[in-house]
Amino acid sequence: MNEVATPAGLESGALPMDTVGNVYVESPRITARNVDVYYGDKKAIDGVTLDIAEKQVISFIGPSGCGKSTFLRALNRMNDTIDICRMEGEIKLDGEDIYAPHIDVVPLRARVGMVFQKPNPFPKSIYDNVAYGPRIHGLATNRAELDDIVTQSLERAGLWDEVKDRLTQPGTGLSGGQQQRLCIARTIAVSPEVILMDEPCSALDPIATAKIEELIHELSNQFTIVIVTHSMQQAARVSNRTAYFHLGKLVEVGETGEIFSNPSHEMTRNYITGRFG
Amino acid sequence: MTDRQDMTTPGAKSDGMMSPDVAARRVAASIGGRRQRERRFKSYGLIAIGIALAFLVILFASIFSKGIPGFFQHYVTLEVTLDRAKLDPAGDLSLQSLYDGDARGAIRAALYEATGASGRSGRKAAGKIISQGAEQRLRKAVIDDPSILGTTQSMVFAVDDDVDSFLRGFISRDTPEADRRINDKMIGYIDQLVADNRIEYAFSDYLIFGSASRNAEMAGIFGAFVGSMLTLSVCLVLAFPLGVATAVYLEEFAPKNRLTEIIEININNLAAVPSVVFGILGLAIFIGIFGMPRSIPLIGGVVLALMTLPTIIISSRAAIRAVPPSIRDAALGVGASRMQTMLHHVVPLAMPGMLTGTIIGMAQALGETAPLLMIGMVAFIVDVPGSVTDPGTVLPVQIFMWADFAERMFVQKTSAAIIVLLAFLISMNAAAIFIRKKLERRW
Repeated sequence: MNEVATPAGLESGALPMDTVGNVYVESPRITARNVDVYYGDKKAIDGVTLDIAEKQVISFIGPSGCGKSTFLRALNRMNDTIDICRMEGEIKLDGEDIYAPHIDVVPLRARVGMVFQKPNPFPKSIYDNVAYGPRIHGLATNRAELDDIVTQSLERAGLWDEVKDRLTQPGTGLSGGQQQRLCIARTIAVSPEVILMDEPCSALDPIATAKIEELIHELSNQFTIVIVTHSMQQAARVSNRTAYFHLGKLVEVGETGEIFSNPSHEMTRNYITGRFG
Repeated sequence: MTDRQDMTTPGAKSDGMMSPDVAARRVAASIGGRRQRERRFKSYGLIAIGIALAFLVILFASIFSKGIPGFFQHYVTLEVTLDRAKLDPAGDLSLQSLYDGDARGAIRAALYEATGASGRSGRKAAGKIISQGAEQRLRKAVIDDPSILGTTQSMVFAVDDDVDSFLRGFISRDTPEADRRINDKMIGYIDQLVADNRIEYAFSDYLIFGSASRNAEMAGIFGAFVGSMLTLSVCLVLAFPLGVATAVYLEEFAPKNRLTEIIEININNLAAVPSVVFGILGLAIFIGIFGMPRSIPLIGGVVLALMTLPTIIISSRAAIRAVPPSIRDAALGVGASRMQTMLHHVVPLAMPGMLTGTIIGMAQALGETAPLLMIGMVAFIVDVPGSVTDPGTVLPVQIFMWADFAERMFVQKTSAAIIVLLAFLISMNAAAIFIRKKLERRW
């Protein structure tokens, strides 16, 4: 049962603790090794080792407080904004340690974008919301290029047809689902490699949720996507791989079909069948 | 007792849980008392508001009843013969020449003619009717339009403040002559002027455009108004950027350690320091150590800025804290740096709150008297300050000084100046509300 394959050539450190399933993949975009995250004295993440494959969707599931969001935020160093938060271990993006002292979080976050639980468009126009990232990173050299980026991002986010006639109106005036797609458009406008999504549908109705899920599916052709979700159906629908977290530990990881049809670990099975969590 | 009874009633259950009937009865019994307490509480609130409103009404009634007459004063119309040789002896219309000329004589002559005053005592009494500012008015009229020289013009001059008080009825004819400031002869002349329709009660241009003066009828608030403006400008230019920058740093960038904690506590305590202490500080440092001149709006503004800073910092920090964290996350999430997050998103969203705090701080500064007394802005200055380094005074200090003067007319002028100051304050607060509403719509 505890088949932990360590592919040759991966310079991994210690073996992952207690994790069931294969944490390693062939061509990882992100590699996390023995990651611990502390809030003050409290250990929120305990020795997580995990690879995230390129152009795949991986979903993190688990009961509230299991550390899945904390781990997600460690991937683009959003935890840096919390003073008492401390991280140990190693997270590499394309082989580069993102916690190395010389790393600047600004370009890192341009490469690893994030979509949040609650839609949080800026109180600016729809156009400015999408154009903000490209502007601060200097992605467009002129107005026409910027227009192109905005148009394409909105099209990719499936929002263009709904907002093309009102780009100058405030983004906060859109419906919840539209706002979340606007936030996705804003994230992909800076052409990131990885998109982190922290329960992106928890504030949305089922129709808006379906649209976002469809979008995630399409975006996975181009981006590596990590999604935290409370909905197991959602995880089953959108992701290639699924990771189950419990009390800060990564309990089990595997192909989504495998996890949901035939979980190896008892805790995963109990959670998926709704016996606790 | 009731418990025992309830236990024995058929409605009570034996398992210790109260039956719904009993519970409903007890709730019903307690509800009357509860309602009464609520009514009493509400009435206390109403009484408190009532008392506050009553005081406000008394305050406004008193200020307006005294102050509105302060905006008006009595004027006398005289036919003045403007003899070129007498008024402009050098003939070049220069100030020197006009001052050498006998403007007083021309006005006196017109006055004697209008009242029919004769004899030494009669002429002395008639001369006291008109304000000492009349000569200045005459010279100004000549400068404005030299063609009036050599003609006889009908001109309007303010009456002396004692005469004004008499005309308002503050000085009674029944008082023995020795006890009043207007003698019987003057009363006779005044009656004559009134009968000839030469006295009119009109808007007081001296109050608005005049500067400090010992003569109540000529005293005005213009100098103090300009002084207030200059002082407030200095205060705003210093306090707003400093306060906002401090708030942004403390809220977003400062490490959370002992030192910043001490700084925060001290800023909060500064808000409660009596303003006169800031005046002493200004006196000791700017005038004592740096040897800067007294009475200048520059130092006044700096002292008021020190006093206003805590207000601006505290309200700006509250405004920054009120910006939802999701906006910060959004900006950081697309890769904005901390400074970009602050400047592009947090500060613009916190701006209405910051501006409101600033305007409230400015309104406080506008009404402040004590610290400015310490740095000498209470000096009697006739000239209107032209820059922040000219000696000057401010509105509340002017009010303070006028309240100290003995002349009857200063009472009305004081109240009138208070009305101007209040109008100023109310418009500043209105501006604060307007800005808040206007900018908040984007939220």
